Amino acid sequence: MTRLHVQLAAVAAIACLALAPFVLNPFSITLMNYIGIYSLVAIGLALLTGVGGIVSFGQAAFVGVAAYATAWVSALNGYSPWLGLVFGVALTCGVATVLGVVTLRLQGHFLSLSTVAWGLAIGFLFGNVEGLGRFNGISSIPPISIGSLALVSSAQIYFLIWGIVVVVLFLGYNLLDSRVGRAMRALRGGNILVESLGINAFRIKLVTFVIAAFLASLSGWLYAHMSRFISPGPFEAGMGIEYLMMSMVGGAGSLLGGVVGAAIVTLLKNSVQDYLPLIAKGASGQLEIVAFSALFILFLQWARQGIVPFVARYLPKIKRERPPAAPPLPRRPQPKPGELLLKVDGAERRFGGLVAVNNVSFKVRSGEILAVIGPNGAGKSTMFNCLTGALRVNKGEIVFAGRAISRDPQSRIARGGIARTFQHVKLRPRMSLLENVMLGTYARTSTGLFAGAFRLNQREEASTRHEALKQLERVGLGDKPFELAGNLPLGNQRILEIARALAADPALLVLDEPAAGLRRQEKLRLAELLRSLRSDHLTILIVEHDMEFVMSLVDRIVVLDFGSKLCEGAPAAIRSDERVQEAYLGGVA
Amino acid sequence: MTSDIAAILAIDGIATGAVYALVAIGTVLIFTVTRVIFIPFGDIAAFTALTLAALDAKRFPGTGALVVILACLATLIEIVSLLRNGERRQLPRALFFYLALPLAVVGLASLTMRADPPLAIRLVLALMLITPISPLLDRIVFRPIADGTVLLLLTVSVALHFALVGLGLLFFGPEGVRTEPLTSLSTELAGVLISGQTMLIVIAALVFSGLLYLFFDFTLVGKSLRATAVNRTGSRLMGIRPARAGTIAYLLGSLMAGVSGILIAPVNTIFYDSGFLLGLKAFVGAIVGGMTSYPGAAIGAVGVGILESFASFESSALKDVIVFSLLIPILIWRSLASLHSEEEIEE
Repeated sequence: MTRLHVQLAAVAAIACLALAPFVLNPFSITLMNYIGIYSLVAIGLALLTGVGGIVSFGQAAFVGVAAYATAWVSALNGYSPWLGLVFGVALTCGVATVLGVVTLRLQGHFLSLSTVAWGLAIGFLFGNVEGLGRFNGISSIPPISIGSLALVSSAQIYFLIWGIVVVVLFLGYNLLDSRVGRAMRALRGGNILVESLGINAFRIKLVTFVIAAFLASLSGWLYAHMSRFISPGPFEAGMGIEYLMMSMVGGAGSLLGGVVGAAIVTLLKNSVQDYLPLIAKGASGQLEIVAFSALFILFLQWARQGIVPFVARYLPKIKRERPPAAPPLPRRPQPKPGELLLKVDGAERRFGGLVAVNNVSFKVRSGEILAVIGPNGAGKSTMFNCLTGALRVNKGEIVFAGRAISRDPQSRIARGGIARTFQHVKLRPRMSLLENVMLGTYARTSTGLFAGAFRLNQREEASTRHEALKQLERVGLGDKPFELAGNLPLGNQRILEIARALAADPALLVLDEPAAGLRRQEKLRLAELLRSLRSDHLTILIVEHDMEFVMSLVDRIVVLDFGSKLCEGAPAAIRSDERVQEAYLGGVA
Repeated sequence: MTSDIAAILAIDGIATGAVYALVAIGTVLIFTVTRVIFIPFGDIAAFTALTLAALDAKRFPGTGALVVILACLATLIEIVSLLRNGERRQLPRALFFYLALPLAVVGLASLTMRADPPLAIRLVLALMLITPISPLLDRIVFRPIADGTVLLLLTVSVALHFALVGLGLLFFGPEGVRTEPLTSLSTELAGVLISGQTMLIVIAALVFSGLLYLFFDFTLVGKSLRATAVNRTGSRLMGIRPARAGTIAYLLGSLMAGVSGILIAPVNTIFYDSGFLLGLKAFVGAIVGGMTSYPGAAIGAVGVGILESFASFESSALKDVIVFSLLIPILIWRSLASLHSEEEIEE
């Protein structure tokens, strides 16, 4: 299957959608309209939950804010629904921005719980505000009109709803395949990697959150003007769960899954409403929610992945062309060989009473490979985390390329030219090798959200692809750029991390135990790679346990023991140093 | 607001808060042992009140049927999983715990009902009928995904709550109930009248938290639960079965939720869906304690009760908006105060 096939399938699907109202009966068209309206929210949730890893139970509240806003503008104050759209979208995005700024720094389940909290609070508000009709709601909302044509019948508004859905899907897929979209996809799995690539994780989360709220607001606007009446019911917490369910059933993380999930849930609900009264007379309302929740629970127990990813496994793989050559990305000015690049001066890091790094000082000059070694618990990784900003030093100073960085956030240090790998490999297993490496170029490139969604900056994108492929080839992984990173063996995953770090065009490469878990052949290849990087004048700082690997590779060694620097020198000098021998092997009894 | 009104509001708030505290402690208990944020706890409390009301009215409560259905489901699932794993020898045990025991409880309750028992016995019956529900739900719903992330468990938990609300309407009907007060005594403290029910609520909350403390600190089972909460793998290596610890946690937790339901039933009218707000407010309290500290949860829950009491005096329509809006700053504070590992997040 090629790109062309996918495009043909999309055109065919759009044609089917366009013809549907001429074939379907009015009831089915109304059902389709609801599916479209719910799809918008579910697509937003697919972005937020599936792509960004932020589980939100509160989307229904955003739908409600927009629906009430437009109802207030059009039904209560007599203005045009289009003004209602502007007001609704602005208000929803405003509310989302405020909520996002306040809550998106929360971790893990705390964040999801906060969505329950504001979802409930906003939901209660609709039913309790005097000006919004309390529990009676707002009725006689005017229909949307385009020119002189009022979209009154369900077949008329159908085209508006599904037109919006198609455009949203198109822009959404473009976005996910762009610089900002890749950053969004990297969110899932933790902030540390994202920040280490020079990406401001919080800002990307906020953008994702506001996009999801924006889509919910479109949905709310359409809902209000389609049903012409709103009450608090459809915006309460229960509906928030239903939206979440739609996106999970369809396959969280897949935008198309949002539409499929919305369709399945809506149709299922409709048929449950049809058939339950036959089974249990008079109790259908209650059973509906029970049956529904039970299905959802079963689904989460057995098929967490969702329908679209499940089906996609059986479709032929899309054949992709290797990225063609493109003009290179601009490079940062590299320091002159032998210049002082990094100076650590009296660094200290405590964890409570434990001093993990105690008054450590050393210097790294441009173009050398420096190893930091030491027995387990010597504070090597802590030292590295302080260098890269993952941890702050309590005392002392770190100067990189003439600038003090000890107070800088991780992403700024990364943008300054320090790229790193991790002791426990941090990749995005569901992204391809190429995309993982492209993540590394984030700080060197500039395509924004809108440019990405509208594909306005294809030249930079092509250069990014080419650069990523070049780095993959440089480390010896260039043969299968479209393989998923999760399918690589551990050794190659470490190499892939190095390629990603190189894609950032760093001045200093920081490698945390790159040889751990590698087989001998792989270690030899790694050493060869690092030597070739040195001959390209790249400066490398490395933490490693494997002495043979270190001794044969590096120019200088710093030895840490119990958090303090023991000594520093050339490999041969370190090897014969008594203090080092004592630290590693114990003193002579 | 005069100081008199403030005192009345405060006492009212403490009483409500004490009820929340019981549920909050149960929530913390289950979260620490199983990592499930058990939203349906409030429903369990509400169901207890409805069960007691039915018993008072000499009707056999819908809880019985609910327990029987859940027991059959749980047994079925347990048998299938045992057969799949080739553990035939465990079958009699499974039949006893998942089928015979719950059915015996229901049978006993229905027999005792005929004798027109006094209030004390009815209280015991209500608690007996309610306690099997959450351990059975645990077996049916949570055990198959016990290794899932906290977020997955939370999502399932929220869905389960909605299922329970539907079942509540089915088994108990839409009518609200208010049971007769457990005591008609009242006393005056510094010029403010305190009803016996209020005192009873506070005393019960203190007694049950105290008992829980004794259980955790002085019994082996309690210690095994604490061990599971600290480190599942480690305690498994010590021969503690996390599943069993989970069942005990659910039993204890639902007992506490049941007691809170009994205590609140004479004060507030309880509907089939009253549990959600009760559970969520208790949950706000539990979060104050960081989901790990029992005293923290209790203090937080009492705080929520007091806040709610004053908020409803100012604006009864917006009291829930106020309470849940307050959750956000609390969450931020807790999130900053707790360290998270990145490994928790599913790739």
